[in-house]
Amino acid sequence: MSITPEHPAALDRRTVLRRAAAVGMLATPAIGLLGACATSSNDGDNEQVAGGTKSEKNPLGVKEDAAIEVVIFNGGYGEKYATDVHEPLYKKAFPKAEVKHQATQAVSTVLQPRFASGNPPEFVNNSGEKLMDFGALVADGQLQDLTELWDAPSVDDPTKKVRDTVVPGTIEAGSFNGKPYVLYYVSTVFGIWYSGKLFKDNGWAPAKNWEEFIALLTAIKAKGITPYGYAGANAAYYQWNVILTHAAKIGGVDVLKNIDNLEDGAWQQDAVKQAATAWAEVGAKFSDKSFEGLKHTDVQLRQNQYKVALYPSGDWLEGEQKKDTPAGFDYQLMPVPSMSASDKLPATALRATAGEGYFVSAKSKNPKGGLEYMRQMLSKEGAKGFTEVVKAPTVVPAGSEGFAFPPGVASSQAALKAAGQDVFNLYFDGWYKELDTEARTATNELMFGRINADAFVERIQKRADAIKKDSSVAKFKR
Amino acid sequence: MRHGKYPFVIGFLFAPVALYVTFVIWPYAQAFQISMTNWRGLSAPQWVGFDNYRRLLDDGAFWKAVQHHGVLLLALPLITIAIALFFAFLLNVGGKSSGGQRQGVWGAKFYRVVFFFPQVLAVAIIAVLFQMVYRPNESGLINGVLMKFGLEPILFLVKPNLALWSIIAVLVWQAVGFYVVLFSAGMASIPGEIYEAAEMDGASKVTLFFRVTLPLLWDTLQVAWVYLGIAAFDAFAIVAVLSVDGGGPDGATTVLAMEIYRNAFVYSKYGYASAMGVALFFLTLTFAALTLRLTKRESVEY
Repeated sequence: MSITPEHPAALDRRTVLRRAAAVGMLATPAIGLLGACATSSNDGDNEQVAGGTKSEKNPLGVKEDAAIEVVIFNGGYGEKYATDVHEPLYKKAFPKAEVKHQATQAVSTVLQPRFASGNPPEFVNNSGEKLMDFGALVADGQLQDLTELWDAPSVDDPTKKVRDTVVPGTIEAGSFNGKPYVLYYVSTVFGIWYSGKLFKDNGWAPAKNWEEFIALLTAIKAKGITPYGYAGANAAYYQWNVILTHAAKIGGVDVLKNIDNLEDGAWQQDAVKQAATAWAEVGAKFSDKSFEGLKHTDVQLRQNQYKVALYPSGDWLEGEQKKDTPAGFDYQLMPVPSMSASDKLPATALRATAGEGYFVSAKSKNPKGGLEYMRQMLSKEGAKGFTEVVKAPTVVPAGSEGFAFPPGVASSQAALKAAGQDVFNLYFDGWYKELDTEARTATNELMFGRINADAFVERIQKRADAIKKDSSVAKFKR
Repeated sequence: MRHGKYPFVIGFLFAPVALYVTFVIWPYAQAFQISMTNWRGLSAPQWVGFDNYRRLLDDGAFWKAVQHHGVLLLALPLITIAIALFFAFLLNVGGKSSGGQRQGVWGAKFYRVVFFFPQVLAVAIIAVLFQMVYRPNESGLINGVLMKFGLEPILFLVKPNLALWSIIAVLVWQAVGFYVVLFSAGMASIPGEIYEAAEMDGASKVTLFFRVTLPLLWDTLQVAWVYLGIAAFDAFAIVAVLSVDGGGPDGATTVLAMEIYRNAFVYSKYGYASAMGVALFFLTLTFAALTLRLTKRESVEY
């Protein structure tokens, strides 16, 4: 049976091409495929397992043979700490339970569909470039309230609650509108990093106030080294962090609280303006215009090559640069310098927080198991094991005792100790991603000389006001 | 013969049509639905009517992206087609004629392969390659050379008025090879006698190009224009990987797909992102319809 087209002439080359063009046109806005990740079925068929019997060893009442699924972000800290330390700890406590392990570099890509279909894993390390929006997760009731965990007796000392074994501020860092939902596990200190060797060789000392800081930058510049720089291409937030830290030191911690709470005119507070003006000058005189086109790894590498002297970052920097750091480089941290004697906070004050977020899915099969996994993580053995594997301190001080940290982390831990009570944090970037984006863009505009401090605060304030008015965005307070 | 034709055709079409409807048409329809909600990707969406579209009207980033598509829509097809036509002409009819047969310049076969290379590379790889090319310091391909001569580096992706053109240059570089091949195929089907006749009448190469090649290539050009126009509505991969700060500096290189990506996967505003997707859909549709209509003219039969 042969089928011939009725009008063979209709199918010459050009018609085919033209038709192909028409089809191509239909297939193009591939982004229209967004909808493919269906919006239906959220209730799912997820029966939660019944609780087990509570006992001294099992204060949360975990069902002993219920499986638990653990998803780890395989980034700077790797996954070894989970497979070698925490998961065996859970297995030890509950030998009958199966621990399923999965590691990924793109958390949201892997998990978004699972949340949408109502079948999320019990325990998630939500971190990295593709982390899921914590704010959206909380607003949707996807996260398990951790109050029960914090009030449970700790693994090592049943007379002590878990909340009393962690550094102050840990629970607040993971709280949304006063309710704890996220466990931030790694102690993180922010500041400006330099090479101890470079400073020693040149007889430079870290600056405490602004006058010293400018003098230091001038001296470095005279040496032919770029004094200060951050990567504009993808890490502008390292710099808004510096500007806001500086603002907090000038005007007190309420400056940041107002920003987080989206108060009217929060960004236009005098302290923010002063800090922005000061740092715009650093950008104009003591940095390099080409850094706007570089990624964080590029600028960090240049610091390792002694081409950049000062670089703002958190204390993960030393571990991140491990393989590029020359011998004897000696990472050291200095807190963002004070502005003047009339600053509200002392020169030692700094931003520190708990970082690297973990949560338990409220709608998973075995949320109690997830909580118990966290309790094991927060035990002395769990924290110590983590620190030994990844060389970073956790929020459990008992776990870092006696551990010989590399020079950078040792210096940030010393700075944290010196800061005493003058430690603060900010939250708006995790709560309102849009505001983070705007702050990044505006920071590049400011630091690379396209706008001044007034325009800087004005444009971010405008976005903050818009978010405040946007009814589709869940709001948070602290 | 006609007997049993339709069941046969339907039988063959069923599977592909079903697949197409499930994986293309249905998601499109869903995008329309989602664009009317405030879905954040997790729990059930709430209906908000045309709210998202109203919001689009005063979203600066959205309009900036649309404006960039305007620039791309003019620049990308014009530049690409001009370069591709020039190369294709040289490769096919630009050389000497031997035995009455027009030939390309010496080494044409080799060049044809070389021009096609960029087409073989994945877009993401091209973007990463051009990161190296455009790098603003001494390790960049272009700036490394400039700085060797003691010149100031050119901040390709950083200067707001240069960034978009740097992106366009990459898009053109990537596209030219394919259109050289497409136009070559078109030129190969133009009968040699026409050239011969024209040459006998004393036509120069320039005249040959404008009076013979171009008119006889009209259909192919039209197709190229539509394809490139559609490509101008995309450009996502290059912008996402290559540009500073994701479509920056300060949105100077952003495109709609970039804003859609940001709203959906960074801000978790799937509803709003879908509204942008729908807007993009209509923009593309309008463009294609307009182009096909405007360029419609009698093609020369030979």
